[in-house]
Amino acid sequence: MSEFFAMGGYGAYIWPCYGLTLIGMVALAGWSFAKQRRLTREAERLKALGKESRQ
Amino acid sequence: MHYLANPARFVSLADRLLPWLAAATALAFLVGLPYALLFSPPDYQQGETVRIMYIHVPSAYLATMGYLGLGIASAVWLIWRHPLADLAAVALAPVGALFTGLTLVTGAVWGKPTWGTWWVWDARLTSMLVLFFLYLGYMALREAIEDPDKAGKAAAILSLVGLINLPIIKFSVDWWNTLHQPASLLRRDGPAMDPSMLTPLLIMLGAFSLYFVTVILWRIKAAVAAKRVDGLRRARAHAAQRARTAA
Amino acid sequence: MGARVFAATLGQDVRLALAQAGGTLMPLMFFLVVLALFPLGLGSDSALLTRVAPAVAWVAALLAALLALDRLFGADFEDGTLDQLVTAGAPVALVALAKTLAHWLVTALPLVVASPIAGILFQLDGDAIARLALSLALGTPALSAIGTLGAALTVMVRRGGVLVPILVLPLLVPVLIFGVGAAAGGAQAMQAFYFVGALSMGALVVGPVATAAALRLAVA
Repeated sequence: MSEFFAMGGYGAYIWPCYGLTLIGMVALAGWSFAKQRRLTREAERLKALGKESRQ
Repeated sequence: MHYLANPARFVSLADRLLPWLAAATALAFLVGLPYALLFSPPDYQQGETVRIMYIHVPSAYLATMGYLGLGIASAVWLIWRHPLADLAAVALAPVGALFTGLTLVTGAVWGKPTWGTWWVWDARLTSMLVLFFLYLGYMALREAIEDPDKAGKAAAILSLVGLINLPIIKFSVDWWNTLHQPASLLRRDGPAMDPSMLTPLLIMLGAFSLYFVTVILWRIKAAVAAKRVDGLRRARAHAAQRARTAA
Repeated sequence: MGARVFAATLGQDVRLALAQAGGTLMPLMFFLVVLALFPLGLGSDSALLTRVAPAVAWVAALLAALLALDRLFGADFEDGTLDQLVTAGAPVALVALAKTLAHWLVTALPLVVASPIAGILFQLDGDAIARLALSLALGTPALSAIGTLGAALTVMVRRGGVLVPILVLPLLVPVLIFGVGAAAGGAQAMQAFYFVGALSMGALVVGPVATAAALRLAVA
């Protein structure tokens, strides 16, 4: 196991690369997903409000 | 009506595709990561550091594809005024910039054990650096112009010129590199890659591409919804104004 | 109409620049001051200076040329001249080309003429001085054309001054590379000269067309 993490002595280079890429990609995906959901809900809420006030 | 119909149809299509895309992305990484980190053999020259390739090369690929997509979307927006194209361009820029940044960082970290220094003015890294500046310029221009419609069009003009320039930049950097490069540098890619390394690379390329499409679709959805929210808010304010003047 | 608008724009810009001496002289002074700073920073080792001279002169010329872009369209935009030209159906691409040419005549040409001074300061021999001046003469039209585009894209931005170099410099990387390559001499210099000329010609076609689109957008 520790051999796997040591990566033949290059763990200090390989793991930060994978870690940083993971953080960047997860953060971007999370941000994009949350933004999309928040705005879609907001649009639906406003549409419902508009219908209500027209009745 | 045409204006609304297209994005609405797009969103319903995206909604149908997205669960599958997200699942496929997760699955591809679930297969690709163990392959890249564990099951693939170390390189006979570079040892374990070759594993950085499995994220560096897909990042570089998406960084380039992202700018290509940005340029094509800009052209579609400028020529045919297709409303989705501008939203696609907005969605693409930060994603492309992220992958360009990741390419630079993973390239630098990879350079330390292979070349003994963090940064080498190698042709590919240098081209990526210029590409990074192109993305930054696009986003800066878009940010600086207040009117969103004009910002989109001005940025589209810039990205089109950038797209024309991209192969010239690549060519000039390669030319410059052969002029200055010390011959002793270890090349990172052999002419023919062993299948034991090509397979995980292709799986990771697929995984990154699936991720890219998924995130882009989310971002386009967000941009469509933002436009709708904006329109609905304005309509409400307008209605309230009319009610007040009528009373 | 096209020729008349072209001549009028060109004449007006050149006259204006000559009337306020700052227009031509300031970029030139900037160029010379930057050049003089490098030996002060690098030391007076003549072998080193000779080696870096093409790159230093080219980068200094690039920055000096960009310095003058700040107000290229600003006044025309604010006083409505631009509006008039576009609504009158004037060929905007020709106006853009006239602006590019004016910028080249007023800003870039003095740099080309002054570049032998750079050669002397950096102890270049006669051939190297000629190569530097010729490479600048061939390459600066591309700087003017792409720079004009940058100025047109940022005309709507209130503080566009810093933005222009960010937009324009990455696009000018090939011009810098081949320009320095041509000025540096060596086996590849001839090839680099061809490329610099080709880039300038390409930029003079693409630049004004894109600039026209940006100007139409600004006044729309």
